[in-house]
Formats: sequence, C-alpha cells, structure tokens
Amino acid sequence: MEYVSPEGLRLDGRRPMEMRQIRAEIGAVSKADGSAVFEMGNTKVIAAVYGPRQVQNKSQQMNDQALVRCEYSMANFSTGDRMRKPKGDRRSTEISLVIRQTMEACILTHLMPHSQIDIFVQVLQADGGTRSACINAATLALADAGIPMRDLVTSCSAGYLNSTPLLDLNYVEDSAGGADVTLGILPKLDKVTLLQMDSKLPIDILENVMQLAIEGCKAVANYIREILLENTKQLEYRRGV
Amino acid sequence: MRGIDLAALSKTQKLRLEKALEELESLSSKVNSDASVTIADSIAVNHEDAILKGHGTADLNGEVVATLCGIVERVNKLIYVRGLRSRYKPEVGDIVIGRVVEVVQKRWKVEINYSQDAILMLSSMNMPDGVQRRRTAMDELNMRSIFEEKDVVCAEVRGFQHDGLHLQARSQKYGKLKGGQLLTVPPYLVKRQKQHFHHLEEYGFDLILGCNGFIWVGEHIEAKDDMVEDQVNQSEPQVLLPNKNATNLEEQEKNYTELETRKYICRAANAVRVLSTLGFNITLEIIKGIIELSLSLNLDIHEMLSSEFCVVVAEKEAERRKSNKRRR
Repeated sequence: MEYVSPEGLRLDGRRPMEMRQIRAEIGAVSKADGSAVFEMGNTKVIAAVYGPRQVQNKSQQMNDQALVRCEYSMANFSTGDRMRKPKGDRRSTEISLVIRQTMEACILTHLMPHSQIDIFVQVLQADGGTRSACINAATLALADAGIPMRDLVTSCSAGYLNSTPLLDLNYVEDSAGGADVTLGILPKLDKVTLLQMDSKLPIDILENVMQLAIEGCKAVANYIREILLENTKQLEYRRGV
Repeated sequence: MRGIDLAALSKTQKLRLEKALEELESLSSKVNSDASVTIADSIAVNHEDAILKGHGTADLNGEVVATLCGIVERVNKLIYVRGLRSRYKPEVGDIVIGRVVEVVQKRWKVEINYSQDAILMLSSMNMPDGVQRRRTAMDELNMRSIFEEKDVVCAEVRGFQHDGLHLQARSQKYGKLKGGQLLTVPPYLVKRQKQHFHHLEEYGFDLILGCNGFIWVGEHIEAKDDMVEDQVNQSEPQVLLPNKNATNLEEQEKNYTELETRKYICRAANAVRVLSTLGFNITLEIIKGIIELSLSLNLDIHEMLSSEFCVVVAEKEAERRKSNKRRR
C-alpha cells in the first residue's frame, strides 16, 4: 500500500515531517490535584494526578522519596470497534509501566518523602500515538498539580514507511507494519528518557527517524510551555493580591 | 477555561466574563507580569551578587531553573518560585481544618490536604470538660467519644516532629465542627491573616477559613471561657464516657438549627463555591459581599451556582479591585 503519494502527501494529507494538530487543556478534572486533556489529531487523552498524598499501602512507603504510581486505561469507546477489554491486560500494564518510569525520571521524588503520587491516564479516542499523548498529558497534569520536576517530559512518535521518515504516525500508518519509534525527551536537559521501537530499522535510518522525533518532541514542548505559562498567569491575576 | 463551563454560558455572558477577566488582568500588578515561570524555565539572576536558591528552583549548569509553575519571588538574596496550584504546605501556627481518618494509639490521624496525614495527639488536646490533667488509659480508650473517624476538626499546626506533622487543639475554639458545611478550595486562595475565625452576627453563622483550603461554614457556637469552665469542673473530674446512644430526641432538639440560619449557611457555602470556580481570593469581606449581592438580586440559594451569577460576581470583583486601586 502507498502511504506517501508521489506528490509527497500522506494518507491524511500531511507532509512527512508534519505533525498533527495538538491541543491541550488544563484543569479537566475538578476534584484532582492536577489534570489535563491532550489531543494529537484524533487521539485524545485525559490525565489526572492525585497527590502527593499519604501512602495507601504502608509497606510501600519509602522514607527518602515519593512513590509514583500510574494507571493507563483505554475507554471502551476509544477505538473503532467497541471492545470490552479486561482491565489490566498486558498492553495496558506495559504502557502504565512505561509512563510511570518516564515520569518518575523527571519528578523530584526526594522532595516528597513518605508520600505517593498517583497518575491516571485514560485514552478517550485512539488514533495512533496514544503512548506519546499519554506522556504529554501526564506532564501537563503533574505540572498543574504543582509537583516539582527536573524538566518537562514530552513525547512524540516517528516511523519509516515507503522509504520516508514520517513524523507522528496515525492509526493507519501505525498498523502498516513499518517501524514505529516512540521517543520521550527532556527538552531543556536534552536527554532521552524513553525510546521504544517495534520492528527493525538500519542504524543510519534510525538516526534520521530519531532526529525527526526529537524535532517533534521539541515542538510539543514549546506548545506545552505556552499553555502552562498562560495558565499560571491566569491563576495569578484572577486571584488578585 | 479552568473551572468554568464555557459551554453553559450564553454568548453575551461569555463576552461579559471575558471583559471582566481582562479588566482583572490589567489591574494585576504590572511589576510582576514577567515573573511567572514554568518548569525548566531559567530565572534571570545577577551572578555577581551572592544568591540563595529557595523552593522551586534547581541548579542546571550554573543556571537557576524553576522546577514549578509559579511566580518568581525575590527577597534580598533569596530567590524562590511560589507555586500556585499545589497541596497545602503547613507553617507553624496555621489554623487548619481536617477530617479524622484514623484513630490510633493516643493519637488521631487527620487528613489536611498535605502530602501526609497530620497527627493530633491526645495529649495536645484540651479535654472537652476543660480539666487539665494527665491522660489516663481510660481517656485513651474513650478517644472515640472525642473524635471519631470522618469527624471534621479544627486545629492549629504545632510543628514537625520525627514522625510527621503535629497538630494541637489547646483552646475551646478548636475541636469538633458540627452543624455546617465543609468546603474544599485550592489552598492558594486562602491567605494567612490575623483572624481565621469569623462570626457573622447578622446572619448567625460561623466561618472558619482554614489555611489548608478547607473552609467551614456552620452554626454559631458560643465559645466557652476555659477559665470559668475549669473552676466549675475542678471539684468533680469526670471520666469521659462514650455517648454513642446519646442521639435521642432530646439531643436532636438541642442540635436543631434554625431554618433561617441554615439558609444563610448554604448561601455562604455557595459564595465560596463561586469564588473557588472563578479562582478569586477568598476572604471574609468578599464572601460577605457576595452574600449581600445575592440577597440584593433576590436570588434563591441554588441560583447562586448558575452561570449568570458567576459572571455577575466576576464583574463585581473587577469593580471592587478597581475601586480599591483608586483609593490607594
């Protein structure tokens, strides 16, 4: 199948290096300490953060750092065919773990000993790149909850189809069977916190694809930063002195 | 927009709200307009001066970066980031309201919106009978007659000990709260003030603004004078007995709150709710203003939560801040 037309357009009309429209909104869940909705094209994810709060399971309490927990789930209505998936299947356990590790790497957990932070992410609409969207939403929600972090984590995927590197794959491109690289970076520190790939790529091409994904992550980071700054300003002036 | 359901607003309401918020933005102090930072933004510092890095900052290759979203504050050498939306950060002497989650050996665990549960020791409590004495094993067994799980209590932050945050309630004004409503708002909306206990005589209810963002609106209770109480009870130091089955008719009669007062309590509670959705600072004056506003508009209690009233409050607040500014 042809994923990039001879004119250089993808199935949804994007250029190979073009990202989907991104949109973020802070404060979607009123009872949570921090929450956000993040959209990448048709992929839509909601994240809620609770904590730092008292550790629920005493045996997990750590005296020098906070416990970070993460739960990923997909709404039944998120995919094209409505499927009743059992909670805690292998895919969602894996993604929960991935998100937890990525977020734990940037949260300054040593500042909040004896406490736990819960991150809940749910996919409302799935159209490829849910992992990236979840990480971006979780970052926003953590920032909204006022949890100290080393840096923002942003994530974006990239792939390689029809011998062209493609940025931000959607569901059709994702399921085409080509390589799919999900990358998470700390934009200010210029460090990689997450790198996952299914299927194989030659090393020199991987470099190109990764470079593309890094560009994508930085674009997301700029957007997230804008949203956060706007939110902070609004909170401050609305409060008054 | 945070907190406000824009879809529920009509077009004119939306415009009015936007106008009011714009006004608020223009009124906010111009000095601090560029001081808001997000995570990993570098903070401009003069490296020739010695600086002290405070909360919410970190060092990155000699650069000072923020680790929170908030406002940069500079106090002499100290530079810190004041985060807005976060959990409560206790300070010694704060008046807080919390909910008892656990009764354990000689202490209650109280949820106060902090990263851990706070501890209220039996020994840092005034006994309900007001007698000063050692706490016996009997008192320990009867702890549930003072506070049970899920009770709402008011206390003062005593400080940090090795096992966590300790509270104390050594006055008659602290203790169990009943006959009212507990409201939770983001803690940054409540400013530390001289007075956190308020009695609104014209409406006949008490208002307690907990520094941790828990706000209590309840029926007025006459604070008893400790000293007098002491002398009366000195002669017969009684052992506390659990009054589990005391909820008979007589008790109910005693707990009866007048309808008028209950209505005012709800009005005040809704005023706080409106303020918290709009993200405005919560003080006694502002709450009073909103209650008066709702009364003058002849609104029912439930209408105070409508979008229309929300917009009106935003407009009033803009007006109020403007006039405050002019006066200065």
